[in-house]
Amino acid sequence: MSKVTNIIAAGLGGQGVLKITDILADVIFSAGLDVKKSEVHGMSQRGGSVSSEVRFGEKVNSPMVPAGEGDILVVLDDSQLDVARPVLKDDGIVIAPADVPTDKLATPKALNVMLLGALSAKLPQFDESLFLAALKRAFPEKLHAANEEMFKLGRNQ
Amino acid sequence: MKLLASGNEAVAMAAFDCGVTLGCGYPGTPSSEILDEFSKLGGNAEWAPNEKCALEVAIGTAYTGARALTTMKHVGLNVAADPFFTIAYSGTPGGLVVISADDPGMASSQNEQDNRRYAVAAGVPMFEPSDSQECYDLLCEAFALAEKFRSPVLFRMTTRVCHSQCIVDRRLADAPLAKKPASFTRDPKANVMVPAFAKLAHKRLRADLHTMQSLNEEGKYTIEKNNSSELGIITSGISYQHVLDAAPEASVLKLGMTYPLPLETIGRFAAGVKRCLIVEEGDPMLFEQIMAAGIKVENKLEEFRFGELNVSRVRKLIAKDTTPEPAGAPGKPPQLCPGCPHRKTFEVLRDLGCIVSGDIGCYTLGVMPPFSAIDSCVCMGASVTVGLGMRHSLPENEARKVVSVIGDSTFLHTGINGIVEMVYNRPATGHVVLILDNRITAMTGCQENPATGRKLDHSPAYAVSLENIVKGIGVDNCDVIDTTLETEKFAELLKQRLASNDCSVIIARRPCILAVAKMAKMGKN
Repeated sequence: MSKVTNIIAAGLGGQGVLKITDILADVIFSAGLDVKKSEVHGMSQRGGSVSSEVRFGEKVNSPMVPAGEGDILVVLDDSQLDVARPVLKDDGIVIAPADVPTDKLATPKALNVMLLGALSAKLPQFDESLFLAALKRAFPEKLHAANEEMFKLGRNQ
Repeated sequence: MKLLASGNEAVAMAAFDCGVTLGCGYPGTPSSEILDEFSKLGGNAEWAPNEKCALEVAIGTAYTGARALTTMKHVGLNVAADPFFTIAYSGTPGGLVVISADDPGMASSQNEQDNRRYAVAAGVPMFEPSDSQECYDLLCEAFALAEKFRSPVLFRMTTRVCHSQCIVDRRLADAPLAKKPASFTRDPKANVMVPAFAKLAHKRLRADLHTMQSLNEEGKYTIEKNNSSELGIITSGISYQHVLDAAPEASVLKLGMTYPLPLETIGRFAAGVKRCLIVEEGDPMLFEQIMAAGIKVENKLEEFRFGELNVSRVRKLIAKDTTPEPAGAPGKPPQLCPGCPHRKTFEVLRDLGCIVSGDIGCYTLGVMPPFSAIDSCVCMGASVTVGLGMRHSLPENEARKVVSVIGDSTFLHTGINGIVEMVYNRPATGHVVLILDNRITAMTGCQENPATGRKLDHSPAYAVSLENIVKGIGVDNCDVIDTTLETEKFAELLKQRLASNDCSVIIARRPCILAVAKMAKMGKN
């Protein structure tokens, strides 16, 4: 079986968790790899815990990351680290708000984009231009310049 | 055309590309996005007041030879079960597909019933897609089968299939099928289910199911992987994807059409392996049918009947490993949004010590602290009638505390009958029904409903008046109040109504803050 890479984003409802995985899945799709993305909607909104998973490789079967097999976990709120931790492998990478220059956030809402930038630095197989293009597709034009700035702050920290 | 799509989006694309004339449903997680997406593609879609109405409108459309799709969550099919069982007998000339989106694990539901049982119970053929591509491909097959046999088809999805995104080849995107021309041909023997005609229809249905089984044996809907002869796994739906990861060495028989089953194919597969295990989420539905056919297969242990399966659980299921599964710290539960208009309402209900008969919607979150102000929740519409039952039997001092709480969309769904029951079989102490009118179907993602004044696509529509409905039925009082702005006044009014023997309705009206933001974004008031 070919190697599948597992990325998880976790946070609270309203933080834009799903936006991170939407953009990541778009990047992987545009790079020509197989990709699946999974999350649960509904009651999990309303400020509760939200997590979303992306798996990619030559061929992906289950859309859900098996416990203990996550390669990278992005948490948007530190409280969610303990909640999501079991999905990560022992030597998995955690990307948390402390890893990015949050003091430079234009708005708290852009934390997801800044963390996406940090995540992109851990995925060198995907060119930065793929991320920037997917980021543009995901947001209205008026946010493009600000998003690119936040993304680069996260990527180049 | 290849693209990333959720199962729900893929179903919408297939419906559009298959020339569906009308999509009709009631919102319910995890099915809600299908009709919105179908509408955005240019399809004609509508929200009905409930699933029974939705299925019946779809049946009428399919009676004219046109293709019709109806969507609902698993519990919605309980509401639509009445027409579902009889349309299985008569069928429709136009393709009719019923989507049931089940929620194993109850991410957003009150139970985890396995609606594959409905296919068996009603005698309706069923497809179970395992990813977005199969959602697209099998929905196309479902319409073809429906028309070939003049039979409704149950299309059973689950939360993970509905909401996971995968790469989909939308192969008919460039050449979608045209909508079928609609006309009505009188055929009472086929369409009027009086006993004399229904007896014939039932025999035809059972004969058709035999023919469908033979068709299913041809392998068009089945994937067979012949690997190890030690372990063979028979599976369907999302479980198939988990099996591929959990047991790459196993032989696998993956069924796309899970009723009627291809029992000859299954028998041959089972005979070719030493251990033949059924891996299915939820009820042992495949297992029971296969065993009943005299084919020896192994069922999963009872532990694995609960909740969703995943790769780790399938590994344990195969190994018969019942050690507890590792769990992380509990997540933060959902709660009523800051600024939610229900907050003040529940504060008052809590402070007055009411016994609150609740219903299905965001406001069920009123059960959580700091409100702790919901005392029962059964199903859509049950708040009114369950509250009445309590009123009938409790001693007077307790009966006077009972309040039924129901949302606007839920009231229109199945709450109206409860108001009729209330004025017809009045409890001695009267009753108080609180309609939490936040002007939207909020919990499922802010869909329109018959009282919002907008259709599914947010274009203007007639707005049904909740006041006129309850006044027309004959309640003694109907007040409208904004409990956020007039909290004290609301508390006084509620106390007064509880003290009287009146049958009262209080409409707590204030728009959902999420809906206000969403509508503003779309430029709708």
